[in-house]
Amino acid sequence: MENQSMILREDEILLDPIRKTGKPFYLTLFILLGVIFWALFAYLNQYKEGLGVTGLARPVFWGVYITNFVFFIGISHAGTLISAILRLAKAEWRRSITRSAEVITVLVLFFGVGNILMDLGRPDRMLNIIRYPRFQSPLLWDVSSITVYLTASSIYLYLPLIPDIAILRDHGGKWQWFYRIFALGWKGTEKQHYWLEKGISIMAIIVIPVAVSVHTVVSFVFAMTIQPMWHSAIFGPYFVAGAIFSGIAALIVAMNLIRKVYHLEDYLRPVHFNNLGILLLVMTLLWFYFTFTEYLTVYYGAEPLHMNIFWSKFTGRFAPYFWGMFLFCFVIPLPILSFKKTRTPLGTLIASLSVIIGMWLERYIIVVPTLTNPRLPNEQIIYSPTWVEWSILAGCISFFILLYMLFTKIFPIVSIWEVKEGREKSMAEVQERIKTYLPGIGVE
Amino acid sequence: MFKWGMVIDLDRCSGCQACVVACQAENNISLPEPEGAKKGRSIHWMELLPYIEGEYPHIKARLLPRPCMHCEKPACIKVCPVGATYKNEEGIVGVVYYRCIGCRYCTTACPYNVRNFNWYEPKWPKEMKGSLNRDVSIRRKGVVEKCTFCHHRLLKAKEKAKAEGREFIAEDYIPACVQACPSGAMFFGDLNDPFSIVSRLSRERRAFRLLEDLGTEPKVIYLSEGM
Repeated sequence: MENQSMILREDEILLDPIRKTGKPFYLTLFILLGVIFWALFAYLNQYKEGLGVTGLARPVFWGVYITNFVFFIGISHAGTLISAILRLAKAEWRRSITRSAEVITVLVLFFGVGNILMDLGRPDRMLNIIRYPRFQSPLLWDVSSITVYLTASSIYLYLPLIPDIAILRDHGGKWQWFYRIFALGWKGTEKQHYWLEKGISIMAIIVIPVAVSVHTVVSFVFAMTIQPMWHSAIFGPYFVAGAIFSGIAALIVAMNLIRKVYHLEDYLRPVHFNNLGILLLVMTLLWFYFTFTEYLTVYYGAEPLHMNIFWSKFTGRFAPYFWGMFLFCFVIPLPILSFKKTRTPLGTLIASLSVIIGMWLERYIIVVPTLTNPRLPNEQIIYSPTWVEWSILAGCISFFILLYMLFTKIFPIVSIWEVKEGREKSMAEVQERIKTYLPGIGVE
Repeated sequence: MFKWGMVIDLDRCSGCQACVVACQAENNISLPEPEGAKKGRSIHWMELLPYIEGEYPHIKARLLPRPCMHCEKPACIKVCPVGATYKNEEGIVGVVYYRCIGCRYCTTACPYNVRNFNWYEPKWPKEMKGSLNRDVSIRRKGVVEKCTFCHHRLLKAKEKAKAEGREFIAEDYIPACVQACPSGAMFFGDLNDPFSIVSRLSRERRAFRLLEDLGTEPKVIYLSEGM
C-alpha cells in the first residue's frame, strides 16, 4: 500500500476529479438536468399525443430522430476504433487519450439506439423486434450489429479499467465496496498483466471489423431501399468515413474539456491535439472525396428523379443545409488543420466543433431531401422539426455530457496504469523496436 | 388459387373521387382535424394523384386513382423488422396492426407512397359514431395502415358462399372503390384466370403498371388514356 501511493504520487492529479467535487460541477449538473427534464417532458408529450407533435408527415416519414440516430452512432466511432487502431499500431502517444475515447463510444451508443426507439410509433412494442425478428430487414441487421458493438466496446472499455479500479480500491476514499467488486481481485501480478494485455489486444482486433460493420449497416438502412439518392453502393464506406470523421472531432472536443476542467495539460499535450488534428485532416479530405464522388455520379447519370433531389440540395430548398454542411465539414476545418501553427488545442477544438455541426447537417440532408421528393406526385410537405424534436436532440446531448461527466467522477479519465507503464517500460521497448527496423545496429 | 388484381381504365375515369369516399367510409379511415390535414397527416388508402405532363403550352393534366399496388415483389415487406406486413397466398399485401411497431421503414421504402401512418389517435365527428364499419378494425395511433383490397369483404364473401352451400367464385368479391365507381372505370377480379375481365384487360395494348421498371410487379393495372 505504502509503496503504491509512492509510485502514484506523480499521477496523483488523475485521481483529483474523483476525490474532489467543486461548485462548478454541481452547477453544470443542475443545468444539464434541467435540459434533460425538459426533453423528458417533450417526449412524454409525444408519447401521449402521438408522432403528430413532430414536423413529420407523409411522405417525409423520417426526420430529426433518424438523423440523430445516424449522427450519434457515427460519433461512437471515435472511441473504440481510434483507440483500437492506435493500440494495434503501438502508437505511444495514445496512452493518455484512449480511455476518454472509449467512453464516448459506449455512452453515445445509447443515444443512437434511444433515438430509434423514440422514433417508433409504438415504443411499447419495441420488444417485437426480439419476439418476431425478421432478418430480411436491414433494421434487424442494425439491431444485431449495434448489440455486438455495444457489448464489445463495453468489454474493451472495461478491461483497461481494471488496474485503475484496483488503484482506487487500494487508495481509500468512497465506495470501496464498489471498486472491490469491479477490480475483480486485481493484484498486478505478472500473470494478470499477461492475460490483461492479451485480452485487450484480442478485443482491439475484434472491435475494428465490428465498428466498420456497424456504420455500414446503418447506411444499409437507406441504401437497401430503392429510393433515389439512397440506393447507392458507396453509402457503406461513405458512412463509415463520416462516422470516423465526426468521431475524431467529438474526441478532440472531449479532450479539450477534460484538459481544461481537470488541469491535465501535462497529460493531454499539444502534440496529442496535433496528431489527432492530422488524423482529422485526413478524414476531412476523405470526406470530401466521398461526397464529391457521390454527387458527381448522380450529376453525370442525370436521371430526372435523382436530379430533382440533387438540385433541391444544391440550389433549392435544402441549399442552406447542403452548403452549411460543406462549410462546416470542409471549408472551415481544412485550413485550420492544414497548418501546424493552427493545429493547437484551441485550433483543433474550433475545427472539431465545426465538423460535428457539419456532420449532423450531412445526416439531415441525406435523410430528408430524398423523402421530400418521392417518385410519384405527392403533397408538397415542407418538413421543419418542431420544438419537441429539437428539445429531444438537446436532451440527448445534455444526457450524454452528464453521463460522461459522471464517468470522470467515478473512474480516472486518463488511464493511470497505462501512462505509468509507458513511462517505465515503453522507453526501453521503443528503443528496442526501432533497432529492429534499422539495418546495421544490434539485432541480427 | 386466386390472384386478386385491379384494372383502372383512365379513359373512363372522370375523377369524381367516389372511390376515395367509398374507401374512406368502408375502411373506417379516421378524419383528421383541419390543421392536421394541412400538415399532410390525413390518411388515404385510395387517392387521386394529379399527374401534370409537359410544359406550358403543351400541358396535360391527368388524374390517377391510386390504391395500394399489391405488388408481387413488394418493397415494403422486405424491410419490415417484425413481419408486421406480409403478402398472403392470394397476393394481397396486408398489415398486422397489433404487431406493427411504427418504425415507418415500410412507408419510406414503398416507391408508390401508398402507406399511411397514424400520427394521431383516430378521430371521427360525433355524428359518425354509429356509422363505422364493424368488419374493419380501428387502427390506433402509431401504426402503419394501407389499402387491403377490402380484404374483409373477401372473408365475408367466402363465408357467405359456404353458408349458402356453394363454391366461392371470384365474382363474389368486390372492393368498395370498384363497387362505387359510377363510370365503370374500375374492374376487379382474379388475374390467375386467363378469361377473367381483369386478365383480358391487363393484356390490352393500353395496359401499363405504375413504375414498372422497378420490378415490383404491381397487381393494379392501368389502361392509359386516349389511345
